[in-house]
Amino acid sequence: MRGRMWGLAIYVFVLGFILNLLGIVSHVMVSAFAKRWFGTPFPRSLTTEWFRYAWTEFGLAQVLGVTIFIALTVVALTLLIGFPAAYILARRNFRWKPVLLLLYFLPILIPQMTYGIPLATTMFRYGIGGSVVAVILAVMVPMVPLAIFILMPFFEQTSIHLEWGAAMMGASRLQIFRRILLPLTMPGLLTAGILVLVNTVSNFELCFLVSGAGSQTLVVALFYNVFAGGVRPVYSVDAMAVMYMTMVMILLIIALRFVRPTQMVFRLDQPKR
Amino acid sequence: MRRSKTGEPSELDLLAIFCLLPSFLYVMVMFVYPFLYGIYLSVHPLKADGFSLANYIAFFTDQYQYKTVGITFRIAVPNTIMVVAVSLLFAYNMRRGIWMERTITTILVLPISLGVVLLAQGILGFYGGKGWFNQFLLGSGLLEEPLVLTHNFIGVMLSLFMQQFPFCFLMLLGYISGIDPSIENSARTLGANPWIVFQRVMLPLIAPGLAMAFALVFILSFGTFASAIMLGQPAGATRTIAIAAYAQAFEMFDMPYASAIAVIMGLFQLAGLLVIILLRRRMVMAATMGVGKR
Repeated sequence: MRGRMWGLAIYVFVLGFILNLLGIVSHVMVSAFAKRWFGTPFPRSLTTEWFRYAWTEFGLAQVLGVTIFIALTVVALTLLIGFPAAYILARRNFRWKPVLLLLYFLPILIPQMTYGIPLATTMFRYGIGGSVVAVILAVMVPMVPLAIFILMPFFEQTSIHLEWGAAMMGASRLQIFRRILLPLTMPGLLTAGILVLVNTVSNFELCFLVSGAGSQTLVVALFYNVFAGGVRPVYSVDAMAVMYMTMVMILLIIALRFVRPTQMVFRLDQPKR
Repeated sequence: MRRSKTGEPSELDLLAIFCLLPSFLYVMVMFVYPFLYGIYLSVHPLKADGFSLANYIAFFTDQYQYKTVGITFRIAVPNTIMVVAVSLLFAYNMRRGIWMERTITTILVLPISLGVVLLAQGILGFYGGKGWFNQFLLGSGLLEEPLVLTHNFIGVMLSLFMQQFPFCFLMLLGYISGIDPSIENSARTLGANPWIVFQRVMLPLIAPGLAMAFALVFILSFGTFASAIMLGQPAGATRTIAIAAYAQAFEMFDMPYASAIAVIMGLFQLAGLLVIILLRRRMVMAATMGVGKR
Protein backbone atom coordinates (compact mmCIF):
# COMPACT_ATOMS: atom_id res chain seq x y z
CA MET A 1 0.00 0.00 0.00
CA ARG A 2 2.75 2.41 0.92
CA GLY A 3 4.54 1.43 -2.24
CA ARG A 4 1.50 2.45 -4.24
CA MET A 5 1.37 5.80 -2.46
CA TRP A 6 5.01 6.45 -3.25
CA GLY A 7 4.48 5.54 -6.85
CA LEU A 8 1.53 7.86 -7.10
CA ALA A 9 3.40 10.72 -5.44
CA ILE A 10 6.24 10.29 -7.89
CA TYR A 11 4.03 10.41 -10.91
CA VAL A 12 2.25 13.46 -9.53
CA PHE A 13 5.55 15.24 -9.09
CA VAL A 14 6.86 14.26 -12.51
CA LEU A 15 3.55 15.35 -14.00
CA GLY A 16 3.78 18.62 -12.09
CA PHE A 17 7.29 19.23 -13.27
CA ILE A 18 6.39 18.54 -16.88
CA LEU A 19 3.29 20.75 -16.68
CA ASN A 20 5.46 23.44 -15.15
CA LEU A 21 7.90 23.16 -18.02
CA LEU A 22 5.17 23.13 -20.66
CA GLY A 23 3.54 26.09 -18.98
CA ILE A 24 6.71 28.11 -19.06
CA VAL A 25 7.45 27.31 -22.67
CA SER A 26 3.91 27.83 -23.92
CA HIS A 27 3.59 31.10 -22.02
CA VAL A 28 6.47 32.41 -24.10
CA MET A 29 4.82 31.14 -27.26
CA VAL A 30 1.42 32.60 -26.54
CA SER A 31 2.93 35.93 -25.57
CA ALA A 32 4.84 36.07 -28.85
CA PHE A 33 1.59 35.86 -30.77
CA ALA A 34 -0.43 38.20 -28.54
CA LYS A 35 -1.43 41.64 -29.66
CA ARG A 36 -1.73 42.84 -26.08
CA TRP A 37 -1.95 40.59 -23.05
CA PHE A 38 -2.30 41.59 -19.47
CA GLY A 39 -3.90 39.64 -16.68
CA THR A 40 -6.21 37.42 -18.68
CA PRO A 41 -5.75 33.70 -19.22
CA PHE A 42 -5.46 34.22 -22.94
CA PRO A 43 -4.78 37.30 -25.05
CA ARG A 44 -7.82 38.90 -26.62
CA SER A 45 -6.36 38.99 -30.10
CA LEU A 46 -3.45 37.36 -31.81
CA THR A 47 -0.99 38.73 -34.30
CA THR A 48 2.28 37.99 -35.97
CA GLU A 49 3.42 41.58 -36.07
CA TRP A 50 5.82 41.12 -33.18
CA PHE A 51 7.90 38.71 -35.23
CA ARG A 52 8.32 41.30 -37.92
CA TYR A 53 9.04 43.93 -35.28
CA ALA A 54 11.66 41.75 -33.62
CA TRP A 55 13.22 40.88 -36.96
CA THR A 56 13.80 44.49 -37.91
CA GLU A 57 14.30 46.12 -34.50
CA PHE A 58 16.72 43.54 -33.18
CA GLY A 59 18.57 43.10 -36.47
CA LEU A 60 17.79 39.41 -36.39
CA ALA A 61 18.90 38.75 -39.94
CA GLN A 62 22.43 39.65 -38.97
CA VAL A 63 22.25 37.87 -35.62
CA LEU A 64 20.94 34.68 -37.18
CA GLY A 65 23.59 34.81 -39.87
CA VAL A 66 26.31 35.20 -37.29
CA THR A 67 24.88 32.40 -35.17
CA ILE A 68 24.69 29.95 -38.05
CA PHE A 69 28.14 30.87 -39.29
CA ILE A 70 29.66 30.46 -35.84
CA ALA A 71 27.85 27.18 -35.22
CA LEU A 72 28.91 25.57 -38.50
CA THR A 73 32.49 26.78 -38.19
CA VAL A 74 32.75 25.47 -34.65
CA VAL A 75 31.39 22.07 -35.68
CA ALA A 76 33.76 21.80 -38.63
CA LEU A 77 36.88 22.85 -36.73
CA THR A 78 36.00 20.84 -33.64
CA LEU A 79 35.52 17.64 -35.59
CA LEU A 80 38.66 18.33 -37.58
CA ILE A 81 40.93 18.51 -34.57
CA GLY A 82 38.93 16.19 -32.35
CA PHE A 83 38.73 13.23 -34.72
CA PRO A 84 42.47 12.41 -34.85
CA ALA A 85 42.85 12.99 -31.12
CA ALA A 86 39.98 10.64 -30.32
CA TYR A 87 41.49 8.04 -32.63
CA ILE A 88 44.82 8.03 -30.84
CA LEU A 89 43.29 8.21 -27.37
CA ALA A 90 41.05 5.26 -28.14
CA ARG A 91 43.74 3.11 -29.70
CA ARG A 92 46.93 3.81 -27.85
CA ASN A 93 48.09 3.64 -24.28
CA PHE A 94 50.93 5.72 -23.02
CA ARG A 95 52.26 6.91 -19.72
CA TRP A 96 50.64 10.35 -19.68
CA LYS A 97 47.30 9.25 -21.02
CA PRO A 98 45.33 9.68 -17.75
CA VAL A 99 46.80 13.15 -17.30
CA LEU A 100 45.91 14.07 -20.86
CA LEU A 101 42.37 12.79 -20.44
CA LEU A 102 41.99 14.83 -17.26
CA LEU A 103 43.33 17.90 -19.06
CA TYR A 104 40.75 17.44 -21.80
CA PHE A 105 38.04 16.91 -19.21
CA LEU A 106 38.70 20.17 -17.37
CA PRO A 107 37.01 22.59 -19.82
CA ILE A 108 33.86 20.50 -19.60
CA LEU A 109 33.95 20.20 -15.84
CA ILE A 110 34.96 23.70 -14.80
CA PRO A 111 32.02 26.08 -15.24
CA GLN A 112 32.29 28.42 -18.17
CA MET A 113 32.00 31.50 -16.02
CA THR A 114 35.17 30.62 -14.09
CA TYR A 115 37.47 30.27 -17.07
CA GLY A 116 35.43 32.54 -19.32
CA ILE A 117 36.46 35.70 -17.55
CA PRO A 118 40.21 35.06 -17.83
CA LEU A 119 39.63 33.91 -21.40
CA ALA A 120 37.78 37.09 -22.27
CA THR A 121 40.48 39.15 -20.57
CA THR A 122 43.18 37.42 -22.61
CA MET A 123 41.25 37.89 -25.83
CA PHE A 124 40.66 41.56 -25.26
CA ARG A 125 44.29 42.03 -24.38
CA TYR A 126 45.36 40.47 -27.67
CA GLY A 127 42.90 42.61 -29.54
CA ILE A 128 40.56 39.93 -30.82
CA GLY A 129 37.94 40.37 -28.12
CA GLY A 130 34.45 41.11 -29.38
CA SER A 131 34.94 39.62 -32.81
CA VAL A 132 33.29 36.63 -34.44
CA VAL A 133 36.68 34.89 -34.38
CA ALA A 134 36.80 35.34 -30.63
CA VAL A 135 33.40 33.74 -30.18
CA ILE A 136 34.35 30.80 -32.39
CA LEU A 137 37.61 30.26 -30.51
CA ALA A 138 35.95 30.61 -27.12
CA VAL A 139 33.07 28.23 -27.80
CA MET A 140 35.48 25.64 -29.14
CA VAL A 141 37.22 25.39 -25.77
CA PRO A 142 34.61 23.13 -24.17
CA MET A 143 33.50 21.70 -27.50
CA VAL A 144 36.78 20.08 -28.56
CA PRO A 145 36.97 17.89 -25.43
CA LEU A 146 33.28 17.16 -25.77
CA ALA A 147 33.74 15.93 -29.33
CA ILE A 148 36.75 13.85 -28.30
CA PHE A 149 34.87 12.13 -25.49
CA ILE A 150 31.91 11.43 -27.75
CA LEU A 151 34.09 10.03 -30.53
CA MET A 152 36.30 7.82 -28.38
CA PRO A 153 33.74 5.05 -27.76
CA PHE A 154 33.04 4.86 -31.47
CA PHE A 155 36.70 4.21 -32.20
CA GLU A 156 36.86 1.67 -29.44
CA GLN A 157 34.02 -0.18 -31.08
CA THR A 158 35.79 -0.30 -34.44
CA SER A 159 38.09 -3.26 -34.38
CA ILE A 160 41.69 -2.54 -35.18
CA HIS A 161 41.87 -5.83 -37.03
CA LEU A 162 39.96 -4.20 -39.85
CA GLU A 163 42.76 -1.72 -40.27
CA TRP A 164 45.42 -4.41 -40.04
CA GLY A 165 43.61 -6.53 -42.57
CA ALA A 166 43.44 -3.64 -44.97
CA ALA A 167 47.10 -2.83 -44.42
CA MET A 168 47.97 -6.45 -45.11
CA MET A 169 46.04 -6.23 -48.34
CA GLY A 170 48.24 -3.33 -49.36
CA ALA A 171 46.12 -0.34 -48.48
CA SER A 172 47.97 2.86 -47.72
CA ARG A 173 47.25 4.90 -44.62
CA LEU A 174 45.16 7.31 -46.58
CA GLN A 175 43.12 4.51 -48.10
CA ILE A 176 42.56 2.95 -44.69
CA PHE A 177 41.36 6.28 -43.40
CA ARG A 178 39.12 7.06 -46.33
CA ARG A 179 37.58 3.65 -46.97
CA ILE A 180 37.54 1.96 -43.57
CA LEU A 181 37.79 4.38 -40.66
CA LEU A 182 35.67 7.18 -42.02
CA PRO A 183 32.62 5.11 -43.07
CA LEU A 184 32.65 3.07 -39.87
CA THR A 185 32.90 6.05 -37.58
CA MET A 186 30.38 8.15 -39.48
CA PRO A 187 27.69 7.59 -36.81
CA GLY A 188 30.15 8.91 -34.24
CA LEU A 189 30.92 11.95 -36.35
CA LEU A 190 27.23 12.63 -36.80
CA THR A 191 26.55 12.25 -33.09
CA ALA A 192 29.45 14.46 -32.13
CA GLY A 193 28.60 16.99 -34.80
CA ILE A 194 24.98 17.39 -33.84
CA LEU A 195 25.69 17.58 -30.11
CA VAL A 196 28.39 20.18 -30.67
CA LEU A 197 25.94 22.07 -32.87
CA VAL A 198 23.19 22.12 -30.25
CA ASN A 199 25.62 23.05 -27.50
CA THR A 200 27.10 25.86 -29.59
CA VAL A 201 23.75 27.40 -30.53
CA SER A 202 22.58 27.36 -26.93
CA ASN A 203 25.90 28.33 -25.38
CA PHE A 204 25.45 31.48 -23.38
CA GLU A 205 28.17 32.32 -20.93
CA LEU A 206 31.24 32.04 -23.15
CA CYS A 207 29.56 33.81 -26.06
CA PHE A 208 28.30 36.49 -23.74
CA LEU A 209 31.70 37.20 -22.26
CA VAL A 210 33.69 37.44 -25.48
CA SER A 211 31.22 38.81 -27.99
CA GLY A 212 30.86 42.37 -29.12
CA ALA A 213 28.27 44.34 -31.00
CA GLY A 214 28.50 42.49 -34.28
CA SER A 215 29.25 39.02 -33.02
CA GLN A 216 26.36 38.21 -30.73
CA THR A 217 24.66 34.89 -31.14
CA LEU A 218 20.92 34.55 -30.86
CA VAL A 219 20.94 33.65 -27.17
CA VAL A 220 23.18 36.54 -26.25
CA ALA A 221 21.04 39.00 -28.20
CA LEU A 222 17.98 37.51 -26.50
CA PHE A 223 19.56 38.01 -23.10
CA TYR A 224 20.36 41.64 -23.78
CA ASN A 225 16.81 42.27 -24.86
CA VAL A 226 15.30 40.51 -21.87
CA PHE A 227 17.56 42.30 -19.48
CA ALA A 228 17.01 45.61 -21.21
CA GLY A 229 13.75 45.48 -19.31
CA GLY A 230 10.86 47.62 -20.24
CA VAL A 231 12.40 49.36 -23.18
CA ARG A 232 11.30 46.64 -25.56
CA PRO A 233 7.72 45.33 -25.56
CA VAL A 234 7.81 41.95 -23.92
CA TYR A 235 5.89 40.39 -26.84
CA SER A 236 8.72 41.16 -29.23
CA VAL A 237 11.26 39.66 -26.85
CA ASP A 238 9.08 36.58 -26.58
CA ALA A 239 8.86 36.47 -30.37
CA MET A 240 12.62 36.39 -30.49
CA ALA A 241 12.62 33.71 -27.81
CA VAL A 242 10.23 31.64 -29.92
CA MET A 243 12.57 31.89 -32.88
CA TYR A 244 15.46 30.75 -30.74
CA MET A 245 13.38 27.95 -29.27
CA THR A 246 12.32 26.74 -32.70
CA MET A 247 15.92 26.59 -33.81
CA VAL A 248 17.01 24.57 -30.79
CA MET A 249 14.00 22.27 -30.96
CA ILE A 250 14.67 21.43 -34.58
CA LEU A 251 18.28 20.63 -33.77
CA LEU A 252 17.19 18.63 -30.75
CA ILE A 253 14.74 16.56 -32.79
CA ILE A 254 17.49 15.78 -35.27
CA ALA A 255 19.88 14.97 -32.43
CA LEU A 256 17.45 12.59 -30.75
CA ARG A 257 17.34 10.48 -33.89
CA PHE A 258 20.97 9.62 -33.24
CA VAL A 259 21.37 9.89 -29.51
CA ARG A 260 19.32 8.65 -26.56
CA PRO A 261 18.35 11.35 -24.06
CA THR A 262 20.30 9.67 -21.26
CA GLN A 263 23.43 9.79 -23.38
CA MET A 264 23.22 13.54 -23.37
CA VAL A 265 24.05 13.77 -19.71
CA PHE A 266 27.13 12.86 -17.74
CA ARG A 267 27.03 9.18 -17.08
CA LEU A 268 28.49 7.90 -13.87
CA ASP A 269 30.13 4.52 -14.07
CA GLN A 270 28.65 1.52 -12.34
CA PRO A 271 30.19 0.40 -9.07
CA LYS A 272 32.76 -2.28 -9.72
CA ARG A 273 32.36 -5.57 -7.93
CA MET B 1 53.96 0.92 -39.41
CA ARG B 2 51.64 0.24 -36.56
CA ARG B 3 53.48 -1.09 -33.55
CA SER B 4 50.78 -1.11 -30.94
CA LYS B 5 47.64 -2.96 -29.97
CA THR B 6 44.91 -1.46 -27.90
CA GLY B 7 45.58 -2.22 -24.26
CA GLU B 8 49.33 -2.67 -24.47
CA PRO B 9 51.58 0.14 -23.35
CA SER B 10 53.12 1.76 -26.39
CA GLU B 11 55.15 4.73 -27.32
CA LEU B 12 53.85 7.86 -28.89
CA ASP B 13 54.99 7.55 -32.45
CA LEU B 14 54.98 10.35 -34.94
CA LEU B 15 51.45 9.64 -36.07
CA ALA B 16 50.13 9.79 -32.51
CA ILE B 17 51.82 13.08 -31.83
CA PHE B 18 50.60 14.52 -35.10
CA CYS B 19 47.04 13.51 -34.26
CA LEU B 20 47.09 14.76 -30.69
CA LEU B 21 48.99 17.97 -31.23
CA PRO B 22 46.22 20.24 -32.57
CA SER B 23 43.76 19.52 -29.77
CA PHE B 24 46.45 19.47 -27.12
CA LEU B 25 47.82 22.80 -28.24
CA TYR B 26 44.32 24.17 -28.44
CA VAL B 27 43.49 23.28 -24.85
CA MET B 28 46.86 24.61 -23.67
CA VAL B 29 46.65 27.89 -25.54
CA MET B 30 42.95 28.60 -25.16
CA PHE B 31 42.30 27.16 -21.72
CA VAL B 32 45.41 26.70 -19.62
CA TYR B 33 47.19 29.86 -20.75
CA PRO B 34 44.24 32.25 -20.14
CA PHE B 35 43.76 30.60 -16.76
CA LEU B 36 47.40 31.15 -15.82
CA TYR B 37 47.33 34.62 -17.32
CA GLY B 38 44.28 35.41 -15.20
CA ILE B 39 46.06 34.30 -12.05
CA TYR B 40 49.12 36.33 -13.03
CA LEU B 41 46.95 39.34 -13.75
CA SER B 42 45.13 39.06 -10.46
CA VAL B 43 48.34 39.63 -8.52
CA HIS B 44 49.41 42.57 -10.67
CA PRO B 45 46.75 45.15 -9.85
CA LEU B 46 46.08 48.16 -12.01
CA LYS B 47 47.19 50.65 -9.42
CA ALA B 48 50.31 48.92 -8.16
CA ASP B 49 53.60 48.07 -9.77
CA GLY B 50 54.58 44.43 -9.71
CA PHE B 51 53.39 41.66 -7.48
CA SER B 52 50.72 42.59 -5.00
CA LEU B 53 47.80 40.90 -3.29
CA ALA B 54 45.92 44.19 -3.23
CA ASN B 55 43.06 42.84 -5.34
CA TYR B 56 42.43 39.96 -2.98
CA ILE B 57 42.69 42.19 0.05
CA ALA B 58 40.32 44.65 -1.60
CA PHE B 59 37.81 41.91 -2.23
CA PHE B 60 37.77 40.64 1.31
CA THR B 61 37.65 44.08 2.89
CA ASP B 62 34.93 45.51 0.69
CA GLN B 63 31.65 44.44 2.16
CA TYR B 64 29.81 44.85 -1.14
CA GLN B 65 32.21 42.34 -2.63
CA TYR B 66 32.83 39.71 0.00
CA LYS B 67 29.13 39.60 0.74
CA THR B 68 28.78 37.92 -2.65
CA VAL B 69 30.49 34.79 -1.34
CA GLY B 70 27.88 34.39 1.35
CA ILE B 71 25.09 35.13 -1.10
CA THR B 72 26.42 32.60 -3.56
CA PHE B 73 26.71 29.95 -0.87
CA ARG B 74 23.20 30.72 0.30
CA ILE B 75 22.00 30.08 -3.24
CA ALA B 76 24.25 27.17 -4.16
CA VAL B 77 24.03 25.00 -1.05
CA PRO B 78 20.24 24.84 -0.59
CA ASN B 79 19.80 24.41 -4.31
CA THR B 80 22.30 21.56 -4.41
CA ILE B 81 20.72 19.81 -1.43
CA MET B 82 17.24 20.15 -2.91
CA VAL B 83 18.23 19.04 -6.38
CA VAL B 84 20.19 16.02 -5.21
CA ALA B 85 17.65 14.98 -2.59
CA VAL B 86 14.70 15.18 -4.99
CA SER B 87 16.70 13.54 -7.78
CA LEU B 88 17.72 10.71 -5.46
CA LEU B 89 14.17 10.24 -4.27
CA PHE B 90 12.83 9.88 -7.76
CA ALA B 91 15.75 8.10 -9.35
CA TYR B 92 15.69 5.52 -6.57
CA ASN B 93 11.99 4.87 -6.90
CA MET B 94 12.23 4.68 -10.67
CA ARG B 95 15.22 2.41 -10.73
CA ARG B 96 13.29 -0.58 -12.02
CA GLY B 97 12.19 1.31 -15.07
CA ILE B 98 9.35 3.73 -15.37
CA TRP B 99 6.27 3.93 -17.50
CA MET B 100 6.84 6.08 -20.57
CA GLU B 101 10.50 6.35 -19.74
CA ARG B 102 11.60 7.48 -23.18
CA THR B 103 9.02 10.26 -23.25
CA ILE B 104 9.83 11.50 -19.81
CA THR B 105 13.58 11.52 -20.36
CA THR B 106 13.12 13.32 -23.66
CA ILE B 107 11.03 16.02 -22.03
CA LEU B 108 13.56 16.33 -19.23
CA VAL B 109 16.33 17.01 -21.73
CA LEU B 110 14.44 20.12 -22.85
CA PRO B 111 15.42 22.44 -19.98
CA ILE B 112 19.03 21.42 -20.35
CA SER B 113 19.16 22.12 -24.06
CA LEU B 114 16.97 25.20 -24.19
CA GLY B 115 19.26 26.92 -21.77
CA VAL B 116 19.00 29.39 -18.97
CA VAL B 117 18.00 32.47 -20.96
CA LEU B 118 14.88 30.96 -22.44
CA LEU B 119 13.87 29.32 -19.17
CA ALA B 120 14.32 32.57 -17.31
CA GLN B 121 12.20 34.48 -19.80
CA GLY B 122 9.53 31.84 -19.51
CA ILE B 123 9.62 31.85 -15.71
CA LEU B 124 9.33 35.64 -15.72
CA GLY B 125 6.16 35.31 -17.72
CA PHE B 126 4.60 32.18 -16.24
CA TYR B 127 5.37 32.88 -12.59
CA GLY B 128 5.12 36.64 -12.88
CA GLY B 129 2.55 38.74 -11.14
CA LYS B 130 0.10 38.41 -14.00
CA GLY B 131 1.27 35.06 -15.27
CA TRP B 132 -0.73 31.86 -15.53
CA PHE B 133 0.46 30.50 -12.19
CA ASN B 134 -0.75 33.46 -10.17
CA GLN B 135 -3.87 33.76 -12.30
CA PHE B 136 -4.68 30.16 -11.43
CA LEU B 137 -4.05 30.67 -7.73
CA LEU B 138 -6.11 33.85 -7.57
CA GLY B 139 -8.81 32.67 -9.91
CA SER B 140 -9.42 29.44 -8.05
CA GLY B 141 -9.63 31.33 -4.79
CA LEU B 142 -6.60 29.65 -3.21
CA LEU B 143 -4.89 32.95 -2.55
CA GLU B 144 -5.88 36.56 -2.08
CA GLU B 145 -2.65 38.19 -3.17
CA PRO B 146 -0.37 37.10 -5.99
CA LEU B 147 2.81 35.32 -4.96
CA VAL B 148 5.96 37.29 -5.72
CA LEU B 149 8.09 34.64 -7.35
CA THR B 150 10.29 36.62 -9.69
CA HIS B 151 13.02 39.21 -9.26
CA ASN B 152 13.93 37.71 -5.96
CA PHE B 153 15.71 34.79 -4.31
CA ILE B 154 12.83 32.42 -5.05
CA GLY B 155 12.96 33.13 -8.75
CA VAL B 156 16.64 32.28 -8.89
CA MET B 157 16.11 29.06 -6.98
CA LEU B 158 13.25 28.11 -9.27
CA SER B 159 15.35 28.62 -12.35
CA LEU B 160 18.35 26.75 -10.97
CA PHE B 161 16.20 23.84 -9.86
CA MET B 162 14.53 23.59 -13.25
CA GLN B 163 17.84 23.46 -15.04
CA GLN B 164 19.67 21.12 -12.72
CA PHE B 165 17.04 18.68 -11.58
CA PRO B 166 16.74 16.99 -15.03
CA PHE B 167 20.51 16.78 -15.31
CA CYS B 168 21.00 15.36 -11.81
CA PHE B 169 17.98 13.07 -12.05
CA LEU B 170 19.09 11.51 -15.35
CA MET B 171 22.59 11.08 -14.00
CA LEU B 172 21.48 9.36 -10.80
CA LEU B 173 18.87 7.28 -12.61
CA GLY B 174 21.55 5.87 -14.88
CA TYR B 175 23.80 5.19 -11.94
CA ILE B 176 21.25 3.54 -9.70
CA SER B 177 19.79 1.48 -12.52
CA GLY B 178 23.22 0.04 -13.05
CA ILE B 179 23.39 -1.49 -9.61
CA ASP B 180 22.82 -5.21 -9.78
CA PRO B 181 19.20 -5.82 -8.76
CA SER B 182 20.06 -9.22 -7.35
CA ILE B 183 21.80 -7.53 -4.44
CA GLU B 184 18.59 -5.85 -3.48
CA ASN B 185 16.56 -8.96 -4.12
CA SER B 186 18.83 -11.00 -1.87
CA ALA B 187 18.36 -8.50 0.91
CA ARG B 188 14.60 -8.63 0.52
CA THR B 189 14.65 -12.42 0.46
CA LEU B 190 16.58 -12.42 3.70
CA GLY B 191 13.79 -10.44 5.31
CA ALA B 192 14.78 -6.80 5.09
CA ASN B 193 11.99 -4.32 4.53
CA PRO B 194 12.36 -1.66 1.81
CA TRP B 195 13.54 1.01 4.20
CA ILE B 196 16.29 -1.22 5.65
CA VAL B 197 17.27 -2.21 2.14
CA PHE B 198 17.65 1.42 1.19
CA GLN B 199 19.47 2.43 4.31
CA ARG B 200 21.90 -0.42 4.73
CA VAL B 201 22.28 -1.97 1.30
CA MET B 202 21.56 0.52 -1.45
CA LEU B 203 22.70 3.77 0.09
CA PRO B 204 26.30 2.64 0.60
CA LEU B 205 26.33 1.47 -3.01
CA ILE B 206 24.86 4.72 -4.27
CA ALA B 207 27.11 6.89 -2.08
CA PRO B 208 29.94 7.48 -4.60
CA GLY B 209 27.54 8.47 -7.34
CA LEU B 210 25.67 10.64 -4.89
CA ALA B 211 28.84 12.41 -3.81
CA MET B 212 29.75 13.02 -7.43
CA ALA B 213 26.31 14.37 -8.22
CA PHE B 214 26.48 16.62 -5.20
CA ALA B 215 29.86 17.98 -6.24
CA LEU B 216 28.80 18.53 -9.86
CA VAL B 217 25.60 20.34 -8.98
CA PHE B 218 27.42 22.44 -6.40
CA ILE B 219 30.09 23.48 -8.89
CA LEU B 220 27.45 24.44 -11.43
CA SER B 221 25.30 26.31 -8.92
CA PHE B 222 28.21 28.22 -7.48
CA GLY B 223 28.90 29.89 -10.81
CA THR B 224 25.35 30.98 -11.40
CA PHE B 225 25.22 34.15 -13.42
CA ALA B 226 22.37 34.52 -15.87
CA SER B 227 19.71 33.21 -13.49
CA ALA B 228 20.77 35.62 -10.77
CA ILE B 229 20.62 38.54 -13.18
CA MET B 230 17.37 37.76 -14.95
CA LEU B 231 15.32 36.40 -12.08
CA GLY B 232 16.93 37.92 -9.03
CA GLN B 233 18.21 41.25 -7.85
CA PRO B 234 21.66 41.49 -9.39
CA ALA B 235 22.53 44.66 -7.51
CA GLY B 236 21.37 43.41 -4.17
CA ALA B 237 20.01 40.26 -2.67
CA THR B 238 21.19 37.89 -5.36
CA ARG B 239 24.48 39.44 -6.35
CA THR B 240 26.50 36.29 -6.85
CA ILE B 241 30.26 36.16 -7.09
CA ALA B 242 30.06 35.59 -10.83
CA ILE B 243 28.16 38.85 -11.20
CA ALA B 244 30.81 40.61 -9.11
CA ALA B 245 33.55 39.28 -11.38
CA TYR B 246 31.65 40.27 -14.50
CA ALA B 247 30.95 43.75 -13.16
CA GLN B 248 34.62 44.35 -12.46
CA ALA B 249 35.61 43.22 -15.94
CA PHE B 250 32.99 44.83 -18.12
CA GLU B 251 31.62 47.70 -16.09
CA MET B 252 34.64 48.90 -14.16
CA PHE B 253 37.14 47.62 -16.75
CA ASP B 254 39.41 46.51 -13.93
CA MET B 255 40.61 43.25 -15.45
CA PRO B 256 43.11 42.34 -12.70
CA TYR B 257 40.47 42.73 -10.01
CA ALA B 258 37.97 40.73 -12.08
CA SER B 259 40.55 38.01 -12.54
CA ALA B 260 41.11 37.93 -8.80
CA ILE B 261 37.40 37.46 -8.19
CA ALA B 262 37.30 34.73 -10.81
CA VAL B 263 40.21 33.00 -9.06
CA ILE B 264 38.41 33.20 -5.73
CA MET B 265 35.29 31.76 -7.32
CA GLY B 266 37.37 29.04 -8.92
CA LEU B 267 38.94 28.11 -5.59
CA PHE B 268 35.56 27.42 -4.05
CA GLN B 269 34.62 25.31 -7.02
CA LEU B 270 37.98 23.57 -6.74
CA ALA B 271 36.82 22.03 -3.48
CA GLY B 272 34.01 20.38 -5.40
CA LEU B 273 36.37 19.54 -8.23
CA LEU B 274 38.68 17.65 -5.88
CA VAL B 275 35.80 15.44 -4.79
CA ILE B 276 35.15 14.58 -8.41
CA ILE B 277 38.79 13.93 -9.28
CA LEU B 278 39.13 11.62 -6.31
CA LEU B 279 36.08 9.71 -7.51
CA ARG B 280 37.14 10.04 -11.13
CA ARG B 281 37.49 6.39 -11.84
CA ARG B 282 33.75 6.04 -11.40
CA MET B 283 32.98 8.44 -14.17
CA VAL B 284 32.28 7.58 -17.75
CA MET B 285 32.56 10.37 -20.25
CA ALA B 286 29.45 9.78 -22.22
CA ALA B 287 27.98 12.41 -24.50
CA THR B 288 27.57 15.42 -22.30
CA MET B 289 24.86 17.92 -22.68
CA GLY B 290 24.17 21.25 -21.13
CA VAL B 291 27.80 22.12 -20.91
CA GLY B 292 27.95 24.93 -18.42
CA LYS B 293 24.52 26.49 -18.78
CA ARG B 294 22.75 27.61 -15.66
